[in-house]
Formats: sequence, C-alpha cells, structure tokens
Amino acid sequence: MRFLFDRNVWQEIFGSIGKNKTRTIITVIGVLWGIFIYIALSGAAKGLDNGFDKAFKTVAMNSMFVWAQSSSIPYDGFKTGRQLQLKLGDVETLKNRVPEIQYIAPRITQGQFGSEPVYTVKGQKSGSYTLNGDYPIYTKISTKQIFDGGRFINQEDIDQARKVIVIGERVQQELFKKDENPVGQYIRVGDIYFQVIGIHKLAQGVSFDSDSAMFIPFSTYRKLYNTGDDVGYLCIAAFDDVDVIQVEKDVKSILKGIHRVSPDDERAFGSFNLGEAFGKVMGFADGLTFMSLIVGIATILAGVIGIGNILLISVKERTKELGVRRALGATPAEVRNQIVLESVFLTVLAGIIGIILGAGLLALINKFTQDTDFPYTNPTVPIPYVFGALIIMVVLGTLIGLIPAQRAVSIKPIDALREE
Amino acid sequence: MIEIKDLHKSYKMGNNKLHVLKGLNFSIAEGELVAIMGSSGSGKSTLLNILGMLDELDEGSYTLDGVPIKNLNETKAAQYRNKFLGFVFQSFNLINYKSAMENVALPLYYQKVPRKEREEKALKYLGQVGLKEWADHLPNELSGGQKQRVAIARAMAAEPKVLLADEPTGALDSKTSYEVMDLIQKINDNGNTILVVTHEEDIAHMCKRIVHLKDGVIVEDKMVEQVRAEQYV
Repeated sequence: MRFLFDRNVWQEIFGSIGKNKTRTIITVIGVLWGIFIYIALSGAAKGLDNGFDKAFKTVAMNSMFVWAQSSSIPYDGFKTGRQLQLKLGDVETLKNRVPEIQYIAPRITQGQFGSEPVYTVKGQKSGSYTLNGDYPIYTKISTKQIFDGGRFINQEDIDQARKVIVIGERVQQELFKKDENPVGQYIRVGDIYFQVIGIHKLAQGVSFDSDSAMFIPFSTYRKLYNTGDDVGYLCIAAFDDVDVIQVEKDVKSILKGIHRVSPDDERAFGSFNLGEAFGKVMGFADGLTFMSLIVGIATILAGVIGIGNILLISVKERTKELGVRRALGATPAEVRNQIVLESVFLTVLAGIIGIILGAGLLALINKFTQDTDFPYTNPTVPIPYVFGALIIMVVLGTLIGLIPAQRAVSIKPIDALREE
Repeated sequence: MIEIKDLHKSYKMGNNKLHVLKGLNFSIAEGELVAIMGSSGSGKSTLLNILGMLDELDEGSYTLDGVPIKNLNETKAAQYRNKFLGFVFQSFNLINYKSAMENVALPLYYQKVPRKEREEKALKYLGQVGLKEWADHLPNELSGGQKQRVAIARAMAAEPKVLLADEPTGALDSKTSYEVMDLIQKINDNGNTILVVTHEEDIAHMCKRIVHLKDGVIVEDKMVEQVRAEQYV
C-alpha cells in the first residue's frame, strides 16, 4: 500500500486524468449525479422529519382528547341514546387507575363544537370568541406561549376563582389599539368584567387552540355558567414510552364503567388520539428517509458502475499506451494500481463535488422554505451517512476499477503494441 | 552482451503449429551495431520480441549481459526490460497526451527516479537528439522524424544495455530515415549496443553487421563496411 503515498504515483495519475479531460468529466458526472441525488434526497427527508418535529413541538406527542357523546346500546337499565356528561371526578379516577397518564387536564368550553361563541366587549369594540375554562396543568399538554409581561392561569386563580383572562392574538388585535398594552385592563365577557393577565401567541405548527381563544380559570367558569362538576372534554398526555392506543382504550373502558355504559358501546365516548396520528406522520417521514437512502445508494451504485464502464472502454482505447508503458518497464502491479487509483480518485472527487453541490441545494431549499407553513426545517445529512456513502464509493470504485485493471494486465504487452 | 543458443519458437494457429524460429545461434558483443534483415515472415520480429522479453522462447537459451533470461513472470520481465532494454518502434508509440519531455521521462518513472531528476535527465537526452526546444510539445505537434527522435531519446533515457529498434525508419521518408540512422550511429559511437530490425538494404548497410534471416534460420551473418548516414543528411 506504500504506493498510495508516493507523490510520483499521484503525479502520473493526475497527468493521465488531467490530459483526458472529456473522459474525466463524463466519468465524474455519473457519480457526481448519484451522490448529489443521495445527499439532496436524504437531506430533504431529514428536513421534512425536522419540520414535523418542529410542528409537533408545541404539543405533547403522546396526547389525546376524550369527550362524551350519547350511548348507543341499552345497558344497566338505561335506554339507548342517553346523553353522557364527563364529570370532574372522572379526572381523579382516571389518574388513579391508569398509571400511564402523565398529565390530565379537564376543560370546559364554549364557542367550540357548534356552541355559541361568547360576546366580548372592550370599550367601543366587540367580538365573539371561544371561551375555555382551564387548569394550569393544561400548559403541560399544549405549550402556551405568553407574550412578555403576561402569564397563564395559575393555581391561585383557580383557588380563588379570580376573574382573570388570557386572550388570543386576534382578540387583542380586534379589541385593543395597536400600541395599547392589554395586560391589566378589563374586558367584558358576556356580562362579567375580566382582567386581562396575558396574551397567548399562536404557536407555529400544530396547535389545539386558535388565536381567537380566551382562557379563564376552570373554577371561575363553573361559577359563572353554573356548570357544577361538568367537564367539556379531557386532555390527556401519556408518558413518552407508553402505547397511547392502549391508554386510549383503558381510559374509555374506565369511563364506560363510571358512566354505566355498555363495555361494547363504541360510540359513547369520542376521542382523538394525537399520538396515533403523530405516529403515522413520523412513520411516513421515516419511510421517506429510508426510501431516499435506498434510492440514493442505488444511484451512487449506478454512477460507480458507469465509471467502471467508461474505464473499461478507456482501457481498450489505451491498450497501446499500457503496452508501451509495460515495454518501458511498468510491472503489471503498477499498471493495475494506476487504473484502480484512477477509478478511486475519480469516484472520490466526484463524490466530494456531489456532496458540496447537494449541500448547496439543501441550503437553497432551506432558505426558500423558511417562514412558510411547509414543514421543512434544517435539512441536514448526518455525517455517518456522508462518510458511509464515501466509504461505499471508495470500495465500489476499487472493485469496479479492478475489472478494467485486470483486463489491462491480461493483455500481453506484445499484443498491446501490435494493436494499431 | 547477447548470447543466443539453439533458439526455437513456434506459434499455435488452431491445430497447426507454425515453427517460426528454427534453432538460431548467434551472439552480439558490447558496442556492436547489428542489422537483422529478412523479408516479412522470416521471423525477425519474433526474434526481436524474444530479445525484448516481450515474448518467451520455447527451446534454447538466451543470456543478456550474463543474466539468463528464462521463465520470467511479467513483473520480473518488466523490471528486466526497464533495466536492460530500450525500445524503438516503427510507429513510435509515444503516449499522445504526454509532452515530449514527459514521454522521455516515463521509463525513469518506472525506475522510481524522483521527478526533478527525471526531468533533468529527459531534457538532457532530448538535447542529445536535438529536440530540447520541443520538450513541451505533444507528439501530434511533431513531425515523424521528430517523433522517432523523441522515441530514441526515451529508449536511451533509461540507459539500457541494449537498444532494440524494430523498423525504426519504416514509417519515415528516406531523408528523415537517414537522420534517424545518423542518430543511431552516433549513439553507437558512444559505445552502446544496438540491434536494428529492418528490411531496407541501405539502412542495413549503415550498421556494422548484418544478420540475414530466412524462414526462421540465419542464412547469412556478415560484417559490413559501415555507410555513414551523415553524408546524406
């Protein structure tokens, strides 16, 4: 292997490659294209992956919503079609009986799912918005970004049933002047005045709440609207490593037990499992990554085979040159090394250019997709993938180069010289 | 310098065996300038290929500068060629993407001579064939005579014991042929052993000894009065 570090060997190879420019360029393009596709594809897949990650960042990935509907099977003396109602007591029961639950936040709401939004007034301005009665723990499931100077509902608000409110960005824009700070001011919601304590910023990506939602303490809501222990729906976040689909089943069967619904009644409680949906999306992203890897490697393979092909032709074309070299004292090993090294060098050169171009394309795409809704963030190719590709190229380049090299050596110098 | 005893060589052509060389005996001393003559098919090229270690003999022995040339593998043959022999071909066989100087330096590359030294030597030998100012030109920018002179410089660059020239003037007109022969004579004057294969009578007579081959045997081996090529240039 010492010849690898011999300057003379490389000078000879550069000479041969540099003087046959057309051949070199055509050879290089095949692999260059392959690695370019590989980098661009796997980078794009990674970008999409990151994009999804970012979109889901603001919500707990393992979360779900559960709400009550009406029974569809007569059971335990009740007839079918009975309207069910979740209760505050369900929260404690679920927490105790399903250990996989990390957070559970009951919520009561008006202005969603067909109910009338709440008429809200500030001075001369007014609008109708969704009103939610919440617990502070809700922020553990869906992150609430509150603008500077404000805050979300806290435990003391709940304990004292304070008349405080967190408003959305759009509510702020519609009810307040541009340079006005709403925090500390009062707005009338229905017939009651609330003090604004914060403005929540609409999260990029997936969000449970719109920018026209308002939040007040759960305890305040139940007092004002006289809803007692009623709960609109439950937001549940399971621990990271548990099976959310199983948790969803457990939660529903426990609720059926509490509310005396037939265990076979599939329509009594509705749910939306974000974890499951998220899993599907991530599965799609993983599939895309895998596919791009396969396609990329296949393209590299095709490129390397192309190099081998062209070298094979060029060996035929260079039969005489190689014969002359051998007449002048080149040993078969020297001829073989030269051909293989030419192959490896061209492959690696093409690979590096391809990587640079691919990275350039990724940077360009990244630049144009920034600040758009398209889920595409930070498209990178992991370093092991790049090195892996390079190693594959060196190995393949060597193997492929061996074919023309062997052919070059197998021709006797005398035959090579005779060839006109 | 060269000792050949009872040399036989035959080729298989399908089922037929073609006996090309039928027991040659001759020796060449250091400093000789020998012409091997014969019509086509007489076996002169085969002889040269065996002498040049490009082909193997079937029977007999071949000794070059006291070294028996026998059962060589390709690697060994390549090393011997590099060390002992310089080749000049009818079709020049220059590498077309290398400049004159790089072509001359090529055998030195296979002798593992460092680049600087290689180039110095190459320039020196190009100077000897009178083509120093053409050093950077590619072969296709040179005339036939110039190409052959570059090829001779290349053959000489490795400082071989024997220079083998296979129809060195075959592709040249008579004027340039004489120029090339003049060069070969001058190299011979410096004490180098040279073998020239030719079928041209006048070229053969510019050598000091003529070996006549016919149907694989030596029919004539005579010393001749050398005609200097200088006078025709």
